[in-house]
Amino acid sequence: MADARGMVKRKAGLKLWLSGGWLALVVLAALLAPWIAPQDPLAQDLFLGRMPPAWVSGAEPGYWLGTDSLGRDVLSRILHGARIALTVALVAGGITCLIGAALGLLAGFLRGWVDLAISRLIDIWMAFPPVLFSILLIAVLGPGLSSIVIAIVVIDWTRFARVVRAEAMAQGAMDYVASAQVAGRGRLSTMVTEILPNVLPTIVVLLTLEMGIAVIVEAILSFVNLSISTDDPTWGGMIAEGRTSVHQAWWVLVFPLVTLFLTVLAFSQLGEGLKDRFDPVLR
Amino acid sequence: MQLLRAVLLRLATTAVTLLGVAVIVFVVIRVVPGNPIAMMLPPGATEADVARLTAQYGLDKSLPEQFLIWAGGVLRGDFGLSITARQPVLDLVLGRLPATLELSVMALVIACLLGGFAALTGTRARGTGGEAAIDVANGMALSIPDFLWGLILVLLFGVLWPLFHISGRVTPSLELPFTTDFYLFESVLRLRFDLWANIVSHMFLPALALAIPLAAIIGQLLKQSLKETMHLDYVTLARTKGYGENHVILREALRNAILPTLTLVGVQFTFLIGGTVIIERLFSYEGLGNLAIDAVINRDLPLIQGIVILFAVIFTAVNLCVDLLYAVLNPRLRHG
Repeated sequence: MADARGMVKRKAGLKLWLSGGWLALVVLAALLAPWIAPQDPLAQDLFLGRMPPAWVSGAEPGYWLGTDSLGRDVLSRILHGARIALTVALVAGGITCLIGAALGLLAGFLRGWVDLAISRLIDIWMAFPPVLFSILLIAVLGPGLSSIVIAIVVIDWTRFARVVRAEAMAQGAMDYVASAQVAGRGRLSTMVTEILPNVLPTIVVLLTLEMGIAVIVEAILSFVNLSISTDDPTWGGMIAEGRTSVHQAWWVLVFPLVTLFLTVLAFSQLGEGLKDRFDPVLR
Repeated sequence: MQLLRAVLLRLATTAVTLLGVAVIVFVVIRVVPGNPIAMMLPPGATEADVARLTAQYGLDKSLPEQFLIWAGGVLRGDFGLSITARQPVLDLVLGRLPATLELSVMALVIACLLGGFAALTGTRARGTGGEAAIDVANGMALSIPDFLWGLILVLLFGVLWPLFHISGRVTPSLELPFTTDFYLFESVLRLRFDLWANIVSHMFLPALALAIPLAAIIGQLLKQSLKETMHLDYVTLARTKGYGENHVILREALRNAILPTLTLVGVQFTFLIGGTVIIERLFSYEGLGNLAIDAVINRDLPLIQGIVILFAVIFTAVNLCVDLLYAVLNPRLRHG
């Protein structure tokens, strides 16, 4: 038994290191993009359209991963795209987490009509197709970074609320909560000082997963051409462009797609690794 | 009696949910900037033309009035006229619904086959490297959403190794003898296997993209419950009777392990249907989701409303069916 536990722990450790390492690279790329990007991500040069990557014959020196149909450098656009992806992940993930977790905590701990109202709201939200809902919201709010953040928060708060509500309910039934109440603590103070610390690990795991989802949502919205603007380098926008010219220039699709794939995988594996780490049975 | 009361309560909450969806969509899309009426008229139209058309679509009344008129129509089966196509919304939507249903069901079947296969081989190979490999594949499949799988499949089997079509529902030049919009189904009935092959070749990649995350969920959960079942006494008994490992897993353990998976599949199926919106866009598949995105881009308010409501009805109907099925299948609830 001790052996099996050790193996799970080692595997979780590897997951954390690999995903953490990739995300650290993405963060570095985002921070240093203006200095390390070999070209201006917005500079167009129609004479350099659809140049292949450096190791394919016919490549243009200085454009390591090739160029898109407008002659913009793919590598530089990926590096700059990391800024938008991470901004969306952190801001949208963070706000969604705050609002969703707060509502879930209130519903799960206070019960009664608060729970009834919030649960009904969650039911209604679950009946919307999420992608369609987000596209609709962007159409209403207009394109732009803040619209994307708002759309993600409005749609995804239920992910936190559902899970945190169930956790808070389970914790609320435990003896230590009752004894805190007997000791004369107020309801809200019990919720913040007793329940919250115990559901915090779950919230952190959900937050990590949500960041990956936020990056995907941004890419999907860019893909249907509703995200920021067609000029700004976003991974989703690059993928949308690459999809249309995939038969002529595969590199325009492949490199941003691989970047997005690894980033989303890293966020979710980080979440999984943290879940194993926090699990009291394994600890 | 108790079951009947539970069902009635469930139906009532479903009605409240649908009403909530209707109100939210109605309010949200009426805040949409851009005047759809002005977009419909040719340049040079007069103010009077705009006013006339606005009145024709009922957009000059107050919001609550508009909602009551619309809701009254919906209850009579009238979802209004699409602004861009100038046809009844219901006709447009019902024309596209079969394409989406066929795609979703095909994806569900693929997911069950893949997931079931992963769970059974994983159980068969438990404790070996084979199980570990399946776990890793499951974990990957689970963490990447359908949209990315779709793009990867486009690259792999549409471009690099072009085995399948990556755009549309059927090759446009083909002569279609169909009377319904269920192309896949009808092609089998009419024994037109040439058309059937063409349709499947168009549907396979989008269906697979939708299926992969669900297959991972099924594989994980079914393997988990199989593993628990394998330790139960009656399974050990079957083994002492001398049955082989395959018989024990398929004939004895599976029957008891499948119930939790079945419930989960139902819930996850609604997520899969929600995923068709972007997958249809990615593969230019002429279904409901593609129509929905066009409707949003064209500000076609009645059409957006109709589609969102239809999706909500499908979601709640699937959930309702799952609950009923669970009540029927679970002996503990049946004799409660």
